[in-house]
Amino acid sequence: MKSYENRMYVVLAIMFFIGLIYLMRLFFIQVVDNSYKSSAKNQALRYVTEYPTRGLIYGRNGKLLVYNEAAYDLMVIPKRLQVFDTSAMASILGIEQDLILERLKDASSYSRYKASIFEKQISAEDYAAISEQLYKFPGFFGQKRTLRKYPRKAAAHALGYISEISPFQLEQDDYYKKGDYIGISGLEKFYEEQLRGSRGQKVLVVDVHNTVKGNYAGGKYDTAAVPGLNLHSSIDLELQAYGERLMQGKRGSIVAIEPSTGEILCMVASPGYDPNLLVGRDRSKNYRALAANDTLTPLFNRAINAEYRPGSIFKIVQSLIALQDGLITANTRIACNRGIIGCHGSHSNDKLVEAIQHSCNPYFYEVYRRMIQRGEKKSIFQDSESGIIKWRKSVQRFGFGRPIEIDIPGVLGGTVPGDAFYDRWYGDDRWAFSTIYSNSIGEGELGVVPIQMANLAATIANRGYYYLPHLVQSVGDSGRALKPYTEKQQSGVDPQHFEPIVQAMSKVVNETGGTAGRARMDSIEVCGKTGTVQNDPWPDHSVFIAFAPRENPKIAIATYVEYSDFGGVWAAPISSLMMEKYIYGKVVRKEKEQRVFDAQFLEIYDRPQ
Amino acid sequence: MTDRSKGGSYDYTLIGVFAILVMLGWLNIYAATYSDDFSSIFDLSQLYGKQLLWIGTATVIAFICLQLDFRFFQTFSYPLFIFSLVLLAAVLVFGKEIKGAQSWFVMGPISFQPSELAKFGTALALSNYLSSLTKSFKGFRTRAIAFLIILSPALLILLQPDTGSVLVYTALIFVLYREGLSGNVLLFGLLSAFLFILSLLLRDSSINLPFDFQIQGVYIIMLFVAILALLIFFLFRKVKQLPIVLGIAVIFVSGYVFSVDYIFEEVLSPHQQDRINELLGITSDPTGAGYNVHQSKIAIGSGGWVGKGFLQGTQTKFDFVPEQSTDFIFCTVGEEWGFLGSLVVVVLFIFLLFRIIYLSEKQRSKFARIYGYCVASIFFFHFAINIGMTIGLAPVIGIPLPFFSYGGSSLWGFTLLLFAFIKMDSDRINVLR
Repeated sequence: MKSYENRMYVVLAIMFFIGLIYLMRLFFIQVVDNSYKSSAKNQALRYVTEYPTRGLIYGRNGKLLVYNEAAYDLMVIPKRLQVFDTSAMASILGIEQDLILERLKDASSYSRYKASIFEKQISAEDYAAISEQLYKFPGFFGQKRTLRKYPRKAAAHALGYISEISPFQLEQDDYYKKGDYIGISGLEKFYEEQLRGSRGQKVLVVDVHNTVKGNYAGGKYDTAAVPGLNLHSSIDLELQAYGERLMQGKRGSIVAIEPSTGEILCMVASPGYDPNLLVGRDRSKNYRALAANDTLTPLFNRAINAEYRPGSIFKIVQSLIALQDGLITANTRIACNRGIIGCHGSHSNDKLVEAIQHSCNPYFYEVYRRMIQRGEKKSIFQDSESGIIKWRKSVQRFGFGRPIEIDIPGVLGGTVPGDAFYDRWYGDDRWAFSTIYSNSIGEGELGVVPIQMANLAATIANRGYYYLPHLVQSVGDSGRALKPYTEKQQSGVDPQHFEPIVQAMSKVVNETGGTAGRARMDSIEVCGKTGTVQNDPWPDHSVFIAFAPRENPKIAIATYVEYSDFGGVWAAPISSLMMEKYIYGKVVRKEKEQRVFDAQFLEIYDRPQ
Repeated sequence: MTDRSKGGSYDYTLIGVFAILVMLGWLNIYAATYSDDFSSIFDLSQLYGKQLLWIGTATVIAFICLQLDFRFFQTFSYPLFIFSLVLLAAVLVFGKEIKGAQSWFVMGPISFQPSELAKFGTALALSNYLSSLTKSFKGFRTRAIAFLIILSPALLILLQPDTGSVLVYTALIFVLYREGLSGNVLLFGLLSAFLFILSLLLRDSSINLPFDFQIQGVYIIMLFVAILALLIFFLFRKVKQLPIVLGIAVIFVSGYVFSVDYIFEEVLSPHQQDRINELLGITSDPTGAGYNVHQSKIAIGSGGWVGKGFLQGTQTKFDFVPEQSTDFIFCTVGEEWGFLGSLVVVVLFIFLLFRIIYLSEKQRSKFARIYGYCVASIFFFHFAINIGMTIGLAPVIGIPLPFFSYGGSSLWGFTLLLFAFIKMDSDRINVLR
């Protein structure tokens, strides 16, 4: 009988071979190929974003400026949709049926697996009704969001607004995801990183029926959302609201600063808008309406974005620089020679204080000439060139000619023309003092922004230095002042040179016949200077800067009222009322107040140009 | 060897491997069905609780096997075989239909699948018959009887119909091969499987030739076969009768290839066709016919090197993989224990098979040797098909993974098969040649 014992090896070999193939296959799908791992995650894990609450914004004295209100975004994941009653959904949401299909198409084209926003910012009450019906619409779910709310319709420009992130911004910063909200302007933009907090994420496990079965790996991969930090702003809500009321029916701005800290007390830009308009489901409709208003431009923050010629107020800066450079003294008399440049009022040979008080044009023509043509070079052209370089540097130290680094974005820098500027205009060696003398009285090519003028008032109040103006005292609950705002900025002019200026500014307000008599207060010595920016053939811009009290000033202010009248007529009384409101907390001069309330300068300029 | 001489020492290696596999199996059933509202591992409303009961009863069966006289199995092989055939016939009348197959006796809380016992009965009967032959496995009559023993339970099971269990009987070809069936049978089987797959793959393809000639799938195979035959003919021209043999071969092959189409369309049910199409990659439908295998591969593939950890599997536990505690229990191994866990299980099975075959060859009794081969072949088929289907290398045929898959009948059946062999082996010294 033949033995088949050796056939054992064939059988063993076959078994071994199969085992080996299986192990190789297992090695391939388990270790080499990663696609199964991602498929498993896609199927069984749901990543749920936890949105942090955005930081609140408080004003001076802990008054709430901005808070959050719960709202819901209705999200959709196209992959999980089932056939549903579109007309029922349309009636629940109050939208057109066609729109539903259109939005579903958009969502699918973004991603079939990722959630897209289907309907934005549904209020909590509306959502309560919707969520009861939501079980009928698989694939839809509510995502809690926070909406910004403003207890008072004030400070819209300074606070700024938030909006859904644009595709462009989405590419710039990989923190954000589609549908996230981001600060677009004002404090909301500047302090975006502090306000937003950081998102958290929950990893949930779902079963084959898409039912959540709990946290993945016991919550090991979950991260909690970190709430955003609160901002403590220096804005005095009462003052801000009062300023906005005073400015109703007028174009212009009021910026008030606490001189000892640089904190901005109010930033009024008029016309303004109700910040609550740029929130919620009607945001885009309201935004379009505001943006389309091209004569009133309510979205335009005049306090930091409007550039004007400085006018007579600039004579103060000229005096200070000339005093510091030793080109004049407080006793320097200059004849009011009205041959080259016109003047007003009756005076003939003023000293500095009187010249400021009377706003004597020929005086400052001469002061400016001494600064520009110092007689250091033979050629008047070269002399003017070296003069303007020195002068420009000195002017810039007051915060002019470059954006003041306040903590909202988009601040304009204004213009302080220098040699390069005029070389470009006229050509090298083709201009001298006689070409540019208009600058002497704040006209010509000079341009300033209201915030810079408020800063000038603060610098004078401080007799020579300022702190960078800012809207936020501290971030979070530390109470610590922010670094860049605690450093003294020197104007480069010594304190003693400010005395004649302060004296003159006091006379402007308090002496009978001063241009700013309307700014006078009985109990407090106000120092101020009017400015008038001419707009032939239309009415002048009325400008006023001031601080009060004279010693240890509490408030420095700059007010612009466009197309109204001389500086003393409108800007001075408005400033005065603001200072009264801030210092005393209330306004008793009701007549003065009523006169301002009644003034309307909007329609004047609506005529065809 | 002193123990052996007393005729009572068991192969503790096999018993150990058995114990490890059953224990690992239970852990994975526990993991696959575990949920947070877990009460007790003895909770009989849960599969893991019930499986503990099956393991307990299987241990009793194992113990009884070891207490029987080793001659019992050979003596009662035919009666047991007949008994299992009777049960298979009875189940067609009295059985309960579960998942489209009438293969269960249900008595109150206990269900029993007679096809599991039939494997044992058939193995005993086949071993007894083959060992009784004085000459080796030759002659038409002997072969016919051997095939009859194998085919009769298979046919009865086919009537249920439980295709998976029927196919298990093809594994006994290894036993016949070991006992002298020509190796060509294995080759023949391999070749027909190869041609079957090739025909299916090329069924819908064609080759374009110049002058608008087009060759359809089956004809491509025919062409190759003809070219191959010509080649062999010219290479071995001197061998006598070659043309005749080749001619017959070509005719048979052609007939087979043409009949593949018919077999596939008419004999196989639509879901079987789908499974084969999926396996061969002819169709791909991960949400339909290919769902099971697709999910199974995701579960196993997501395990990585060391797996997600005990009870940490997401794909199996949360029902992505169907039948995750029975036919697809290996998914839990792959997902929670990773490649290392899979390696351990595969190596344990291969070791078990090698050990059984090694011990079989040491038997003095021809009956015990043949029976050992039967056990190894049946285990191997289950192992190869079950794990193969979870990783997409074998068609989806619903048969359990021995000792792992949930289920009382199958665990009892496998335990019976193994422990009868352990008993025979323990007494091999007492067998006279």
